Amino acid sequence: MSGPIHIQPGETFTLNVGPQHPATHGVLRVKMEMDGEYIVKAETVLGYIHRMHELMGENRTYPQVLPNLSRLDYLGALGYTHGHVLAVERAAGIEVPERAEYIRAITVELNRVASHLFWFGAFVMDLGGFTPLMYAIQDREHILDMLEAVTGSRLTYCYYRFGGLYNDIDDDFIAAAKAFIPRMRKSLKKYDALVTGNIIFEKRLKDIGPISAEMCRKYGATGPVARGAGIDFDVRKNEPYSVYPEFDFDIPVYHECDSLARYKVRMEEMEQSLRIVEQGLEKLPDGPIMPAKKPKLIKPPAGDYYQAVETARGSFGIRIVSDGGKNAYRFKLRSPTYSNMSLFDEACEGMMIMDALAMMGSLDLVIPEIDR
Amino acid sequence: MGAYFTEIFRGLQSLAIGLGITFKEFFQPVVTVSYPYETIKMSERYRGHIELIEDEEGKAKCVVCGMCERACPSGCISLASESVEYEVEVKGEMKTKKKKVLTKYDLNFTTCSLCGQCVENCNFGAITFSKDYNLASSRKEDFHFDLLNRLKERNS
Ligand code: SF4
Ligand code: SF4
Repeated sequence: MSGPIHIQPGETFTLNVGPQHPATHGVLRVKMEMDGEYIVKAETVLGYIHRMHELMGENRTYPQVLPNLSRLDYLGALGYTHGHVLAVERAAGIEVPERAEYIRAITVELNRVASHLFWFGAFVMDLGGFTPLMYAIQDREHILDMLEAVTGSRLTYCYYRFGGLYNDIDDDFIAAAKAFIPRMRKSLKKYDALVTGNIIFEKRLKDIGPISAEMCRKYGATGPVARGAGIDFDVRKNEPYSVYPEFDFDIPVYHECDSLARYKVRMEEMEQSLRIVEQGLEKLPDGPIMPAKKPKLIKPPAGDYYQAVETARGSFGIRIVSDGGKNAYRFKLRSPTYSNMSLFDEACEGMMIMDALAMMGSLDLVIPEIDR
Repeated sequence: MGAYFTEIFRGLQSLAIGLGITFKEFFQPVVTVSYPYETIKMSERYRGHIELIEDEEGKAKCVVCGMCERACPSGCISLASESVEYEVEVKGEMKTKKKKVLTKYDLNFTTCSLCGQCVENCNFGAITFSKDYNLASSRKEDFHFDLLNRLKERNS
């Protein structure tokens, strides 16, 4: 029974985007009800890469959970491990030497630049431009090399420890980071000329993919998605943690609510992260990287603890409920991409499919982090 | 009408700028290496799978305390030992004492997350990370390493 399919006027069809689709950057499935090229209704289906990180956090001792956190978001892993160690340190009352906190901030910010760079390349690739991805990866490679030299791994870092760090940074790292900053600034200018000014790029993003501040509040969207909608919220400023109050940096906010605004927020954030790294390297104090009395067995007193950090994708929260034992009683991860993704179903209604996919790219999704 | 033509002009200009950048990049030195003919040296702290460290006599330094086995989040280390008797001189007298000797140190690298807990928890400096990264196989048994055997092979 073969023959042309005739769709009656008013009839819709179902289109599955994913679970294996290059535009979703991972195993995400969106069931779309389509009327021609327009989306009538979309339904995001999750769960293709669920690994039960929260349960693992509940049946292992605190240090044993350390490697798990970097498996959430493989592009900006350090931010997540930072949140975890801060939460446990808060719960168990562990003091962290200042040098360790500075190094944490420096490495987290470098990792944020790496994450945004990769997003930048992949996003432009989604829109059909392949070359910027190569340039972005080349710059990102420098960061990965630097981080590999101190942490020992390239993506799934397990570098922070409760109370400090696994090992100290050396002069090579400081020299490499100092050399990287001007290089990256030059590259950012190049990207601006190559991509931001490009007419095709602008036409595909400007005034397209609106996500209003109201919608962000409704779904709990944070990070660049919210800042592109005019919400001036960044955990680093609003609920300062670690040594961030010591740094002078700005939070880029755009009010256009379109895909281009979210793009611009991230591009500017890279510059701000470079500023933090620069100041961090300058102010880096001498001293130990672990407290004098290394915490041996970690047993936080019974209670409920929460710590939020600003990762590359938004506000990542971690809640630990302790009953005084070696394991957490409840280990809850609030991941930013999950909330950012939730608004997609509503936001893409009535949109053309290619605009919706461009908007999806501007949300900066990392699927393992949605499906913990 | 004027705005229309300005936009076309601006658009064409932006494309020309983009092409100019890619043209310039074309003449930049190559940044990649042609693996597997060339390889990059791993950094000092690179974490490969773990490896036993030997003492002066070429034996494993490990005293089989089991700390690494207990610390490992994924349970990928399994140890076995036997106790042997040996004689030491204590205040001029010969005494027999017992000590544990490592007979098996198995690492199941398929579940290892390279977190470093084992190395960190070893108080005797008996294990370290290797620089091995050229690991590829279609059989998972190839990633069950017998570290004691590897140590012997290294020494022979
Ligand atoms: S590195 Fe971590 S996962 Fe691997 S063997 Fe050591 S403790 Fe286990
Ligand atoms: S912790 Fe060190 S000494 Fe103890 S069993 Fe493991 S490798 Fe051997």
